[in-house]
Amino acid sequence: MSTDETGQGGTTVGVAAGGTEDHHGSGRNLIQLITPEGERISHPEFDPWVKDIGDEQLCSLFEDLTVIRRIDVEATALQRQGELGLWPPLLGQEAAQVGSARALRSDDFIFSSYRENGVAYCRGVGPTDILRVWRGNASSGWDPYTVNMATPQIIIGAQTLHATGYAMGIQNDGADSVAVTYFGDGATSEGDVNEAMVFAASFQVPVVFFCSNNHWAISEPVRLQSHVQLADRAAGFGIPNLRVDGNDVLAVMAATRVALDRARHGGGPTFIEAVTYRMGPHTTADDPTRYRDANELEDWAAKDPIERVKALLDRKGLYTDQFQQHIREKADQVARELRAGCIGMPEPEPLDVFKHVYSSPNSWLDRQQDHYARYLASFGDPAEAASQEGAR
Amino acid sequence: MTQMTFARAINSGLRKSLEDDPKVILMGEDIGTLGGVFRVTDGLQKDFGKHRVVDTPLAESAIVGTAVGLAYRGYRPVVEIQFDGFIYPAFDQIVSQVAKMHYRTLGTVKMPITIRVPFGGGIGSPEHHSESPEAYFTHTSGLRVVAVSNPQDAYTMIQQAIRCDDPVLFFEPKRRYHDKGDVDEGLHLPNALPMDTASVLTEGTDVTLVAYGPLVKTARDAATAAADEGISIEVIDLRSLAPVDYATVEKSVRKTGRLVITHEAGQSGGLGAEVAASITERCFYHLEAAPVRVTGFDVPYPYSKVEMHHLPGLDRILDGVDRALGQPNSLSGLEG
Ligand SMILES: Cc1ncc(C[n+]2csc(CCOP(=O)(O)OP(=O)(O)O)c2C)c(N)n1
Repeated sequence: MSTDETGQGGTTVGVAAGGTEDHHGSGRNLIQLITPEGERISHPEFDPWVKDIGDEQLCSLFEDLTVIRRIDVEATALQRQGELGLWPPLLGQEAAQVGSARALRSDDFIFSSYRENGVAYCRGVGPTDILRVWRGNASSGWDPYTVNMATPQIIIGAQTLHATGYAMGIQNDGADSVAVTYFGDGATSEGDVNEAMVFAASFQVPVVFFCSNNHWAISEPVRLQSHVQLADRAAGFGIPNLRVDGNDVLAVMAATRVALDRARHGGGPTFIEAVTYRMGPHTTADDPTRYRDANELEDWAAKDPIERVKALLDRKGLYTDQFQQHIREKADQVARELRAGCIGMPEPEPLDVFKHVYSSPNSWLDRQQDHYARYLASFGDPAEAASQEGAR
Repeated sequence: MTQMTFARAINSGLRKSLEDDPKVILMGEDIGTLGGVFRVTDGLQKDFGKHRVVDTPLAESAIVGTAVGLAYRGYRPVVEIQFDGFIYPAFDQIVSQVAKMHYRTLGTVKMPITIRVPFGGGIGSPEHHSESPEAYFTHTSGLRVVAVSNPQDAYTMIQQAIRCDDPVLFFEPKRRYHDKGDVDEGLHLPNALPMDTASVLTEGTDVTLVAYGPLVKTARDAATAAADEGISIEVIDLRSLAPVDYATVEKSVRKTGRLVITHEAGQSGGLGAEVAASITERCFYHLEAAPVRVTGFDVPYPYSKVEMHHLPGLDRILDGVDRALGQPNSLSGLEG
């Protein structure tokens, strides 16, 4: 029954087996282009994939990272103030989300989990729309077809199958777009994820599996989910894999571009393990102090994905007062928009409960709706009925 | 008697079971170090070790499927499905394996597996966190299904479920986890009400009101409110959903002549339909009116801002009681 908690080792290629080191960023194939100190290091294999990223693009990536962190901080505050039911912070995972999302073409289609709010932002989802579901005002915040991103998935790993199926469709259509699916380290234990990899490999479809290894699945460390590096799991399915420093926005972008390029040219699926860290709680309902060592957090804070780009920009003389002011204003503006949008969201109507269950009339449900409407009408004031109903 | 919360009462019952029988083993996501997302298993891993209280990888089919193997080996696994909506990945193992193993092996292999499921709504959660999946399981032969409604039952019934040689789906109403009540931890199990027995909570003469799990409290409140208007409601806590203790319900309906059933799950194909049909078969000539169901709607569990419309509340139950009594109600004048 026991799990060897000394770490992942065994069949791992490369770094010494048995240590926990391999999950802390120095393992085999850990692609890195910017060091935590902000030094741009060369990598003959991956540099070509980001050679178009000049100063301007780098500044723009920095803006994304900063704004996304600000959205996250603001949403967390809104939850604490009772304006959101729940929020899953992505603090620390900004580079994994921005680097991958900015590598995509607009016709690539994303199937994500609940934590990829930064990816949604990069796809053009409005900040208020990101909050809709977490406020409990709607069952989905945006139309998947306008941004080519499915609404977030809560059932762990289910979306990897949807992405694989979407990629089967792309393949049948002879298109050159790609399906991309995001999931966590814990998700790799689920049957769905494993079945998705079986299909993706069998049919060689254009899908990218983007695993954000943030080291924790609520209270469970990644070593409980896997005794090999997560990237190596893909090998067993015949899927090529890349292991990237998930806190390095450039490296993530390069790796994602490699995978996308392979998919577009008939090379089939790729599995990317982005090694990152969830610096906040799992959700605002979680208390990480019950299971997590504070030192671990400190180690990872030193690898902050935003600080290293800032340091790089500074080295290049780009982190000017003017630039800082621009970034601050942009973040402030998005935060204001987010807060106003959240608080100003119209309340749903009682009979909205019955909306969108079916696309055509359903006699059972129509009858229930009719009866409930009569029930509400039997109160002088429908608002009073609502306040009296349910949940007690 | 000790005052404790519902969650604490289950914790205490689990602790007792772990102490009493070395073959009892707990498994689930986050149940160890964290003590479960609702803290129901708080402290148990610390006291019983990682081999008895096991944090599992994120794999519901494996959590239940390996419990089958453990049961084959003579263990009595108690598995936690973190939230109702996450039981579906394990559905195949539950309905195709757990439920059928005893039958398939002509009674030689026992499946004393307890599957704990926090269920129901009313806590403002996102999708998949507020479901009422009980009917899927009451429809599956070979499973026992129970739903607890108060700390005392939680304490005793979890132990009864674990001791039962049949697999038990154990539904815990998550919106009541923090409710407090008296628990007699010294209660000798053989003296406790058997797990498959319903209990009559308040006696009444006009209407029989059947509820289970989270709505038992609501039903009792409705009975209190009705009493102010001179209506006498007999409230029955079903406790066991499969099998249903029809003898107790039948006895009550023969007295009152009227039946109202309430549950959070959607109406169609729900347990209310089963109770209404069975009682109609058994008590047709004693019924003064058609049985009435007050249930959730046939919709996916709605987003939190409108969930109170979906959940039967006190007033909606009383409206149903009025219907059973033929008194003015929201559907007066409508046929059927
Ligand atoms: C099928 C299923 N089981 C359990 C859960 C409860 N749950 C929500 S998030 C989570 C941990 C997920 O960890 P991971 O896959 O590593 O992703 P992360 O949240 O760390 O990004 C769990 C157990 C769920 N949502 N779905």
